Amino acid sequence: MAKIGIFVCHCGHNIAGTVDVQQVVAEAQKNPDVAFAIDYKYMCSDPGQQLIRESIAKYGLDGVVVAACSPAMHETTFRKTVASAGMNAFKCESANIREQCSWVHQNAKDEATLKAIAIASSIAEKVKGNEELTPLTLPLTHRTLVIGGGIAGMQAALDVADAGYPVILVEKQDRLGGRMAQLSGTFLNFAAAPDLLRQIIERVSAHPHIQVLTNAEVSELSGYVGNFRAHITHYALRITQPDTVGPDSPPSEGFTFDIGAVVVATGWQPYDRAKLPEYGGADIPDVVDGLTFEKMLAPGSEIRRPSDGRVPREIVFVQCAGSRDRERGVPYCSKVCCMYVAKQAMLYRERVPDGQAYVFYIDIRSAGKNYDEYVQRAMTDFSVLYLRGKVSKIFREGDKVMVWGADTLSDRALEIAADMVVLATPMTPTAGAAELGQRLHISTDANGFYNEAHPKLRPVETLTAGIFLAGAGQGPKDIPETVAQASGAAAKVLQLFSKDEMTASPMVATVIPELCAACGACVKACPYGARSIHPLWNIATVNAALCQGCGACVVACPNKASQVHNWRPEQILAMVDALYE
Amino acid sequence: MIDTTLIERINLLSSQTIQLCYHCHKCTAGCPVASEMTYGPDRVLRLVQFGEKERLLASHDIWLCAGCETCGTRCPNEIDIARVMDALRQIAIAEGVRPAEPYAEKFHKTFLFIVQNMGRMHEASLLAAFKLWTMDLLSDMDSAPAMLLKGKIPLLPHLLKGRGDVRRIFEETSDVKRET
Repeated sequence: MAKIGIFVCHCGHNIAGTVDVQQVVAEAQKNPDVAFAIDYKYMCSDPGQQLIRESIAKYGLDGVVVAACSPAMHETTFRKTVASAGMNAFKCESANIREQCSWVHQNAKDEATLKAIAIASSIAEKVKGNEELTPLTLPLTHRTLVIGGGIAGMQAALDVADAGYPVILVEKQDRLGGRMAQLSGTFLNFAAAPDLLRQIIERVSAHPHIQVLTNAEVSELSGYVGNFRAHITHYALRITQPDTVGPDSPPSEGFTFDIGAVVVATGWQPYDRAKLPEYGGADIPDVVDGLTFEKMLAPGSEIRRPSDGRVPREIVFVQCAGSRDRERGVPYCSKVCCMYVAKQAMLYRERVPDGQAYVFYIDIRSAGKNYDEYVQRAMTDFSVLYLRGKVSKIFREGDKVMVWGADTLSDRALEIAADMVVLATPMTPTAGAAELGQRLHISTDANGFYNEAHPKLRPVETLTAGIFLAGAGQGPKDIPETVAQASGAAAKVLQLFSKDEMTASPMVATVIPELCAACGACVKACPYGARSIHPLWNIATVNAALCQGCGACVVACPNKASQVHNWRPEQILAMVDALYE
Repeated sequence: MIDTTLIERINLLSSQTIQLCYHCHKCTAGCPVASEMTYGPDRVLRLVQFGEKERLLASHDIWLCAGCETCGTRCPNEIDIARVMDALRQIAIAEGVRPAEPYAEKFHKTFLFIVQNMGRMHEASLLAAFKLWTMDLLSDMDSAPAMLLKGKIPLLPHLLKGRGDVRRIFEETSDVKRET
């Protein structure tokens, strides 16, 4: 006979407003395996938890059912509570009588009560069969792999290395700096990007805990969080353009490292403007993209028309040249263009004081600190004329570039005969990002950016434990956001590294050797690569660290040899029986 | 090339920075005479940026503006559009452009004439002079009873003791070359 305690929560009105909690308690008390049952207003509160602790001691309980909210809310809370009272945490289960009962049956109170009684009773059956489990401890390599040597990768590497842990920084080009090294001044104060970078690159290169591998790529990543194995391929010579996928020289050597955590900081590349035929494609030499114009703005460079080298006296900037364009396959906003166009227009006006600059925009997105004031400066202090309308067509006429646009604020069509046009093209993921994602087992979204674990609450993690994201590879963003995200990713790495060992959930699969026929069905079924057939003993084995307890192997196994701890077939059948009583 | 020279001229004359306008339309939405206007306050600012001087000086908008300052009070960018309207009126007069609303110009001039000579406003004289000058005697008759009953039109003027000084102010500033 078990001695289970049933604790029914009111959750204020959330449960008690629909379910008759006293009746649930009364019915539970009829179960011979239930030693104690009670209801309380808020089980998760301090007095609620104290009630559980005291009841365990007073009634010698060997199992606890908290009939309350979803386990996703408070399973951890109540497991900690029972553990503090000396009971094994895995002898505590949540019976969801809120999200799956009171909240969805608000107009059927009697039926909801009967359902709550059935739910509580079935979970009590499960607890009866629960074994006392101990969380697994796994070893942990305290070395980090950072993929990408731009500002995101370097910042993450510095944060982790400054905490005393070794970092391998892999960069596919022949130098550090990434896209930021290709910029001239930066908004807001026109500080030169290469100057800002110089200190960071020097610190990274000189850091005793950072090993930099340029001309290198991650060719393979195996293993799991805390225990990855990374294979890095180094290329002796890089002849191709930096934005193409794959080298054109054979790999010169490979390195293998044991890695505990990975930060993916692979960055972005500009959209190919050849895909914008109405803006001249890539065929008009005096129509360039934003990154190309940056080169002309760098100190020591000059702003000159690519066609004939003359200084342009009328320059048009086209925002949203490809972004926010469902038809072009780029539905998203690239975030940084409103800001850098204002910057570029102001720098142009400074260098060419008798020149006129126009900016065609649809909206101005200047959402950071002091950003809107910065854009207004372009209009007021630098006399840049902002025209509200999307450019329809750009074509050559003589030695001029004709721009057909509009100004909706004054209901007029406009034709400007410009000397030069700068297109603010979209920010897209770097070449090869999707393939790298597949090698690392992380996913990308419809636009090719890496998926974060949760869009609001987990912006620097992926759904693959131990792999974190930083920078524009996860989505368009500017330098301050990139730096913030990189430090966030580094914090997650350091969180992982704060202990010498990792603990993992013990609710993993296990194999009953007498029943296993080594058919291999579980190996095929496992989405996490956690199953294999032991070469000597000829039975299936489980890598408890990789196993997520999903149960696919349980379904696949014809003999019921594969079972997940505390979710055994006899438990589930007992739960079903309890529901039908 | 779009002619943007008008912007600086207006900015200087009105002491405003009209490029700050982001066309939220709050001014036009609150302007009591916007429904009679062709463009409305914010569109007027836009036309200045395009250098549309002739169109603006010939428009009704600049003369319909009542100078109530609702626009300037509410503008999130602190632009006093009423002052911009005033600047445009000044340029129109300086360049000899016929006002699209002749009554408005006559009203302004009559008003200033009364103040110049009596030292302060006298509504009855203003009424009489304005009506005689425009020869439009009857169009505001419906407001007359209410205004008289409320005491808005005192029949006897209050002649300011310092009206000589006021007259001198007018005389001595009349030939100051205004930067328009």
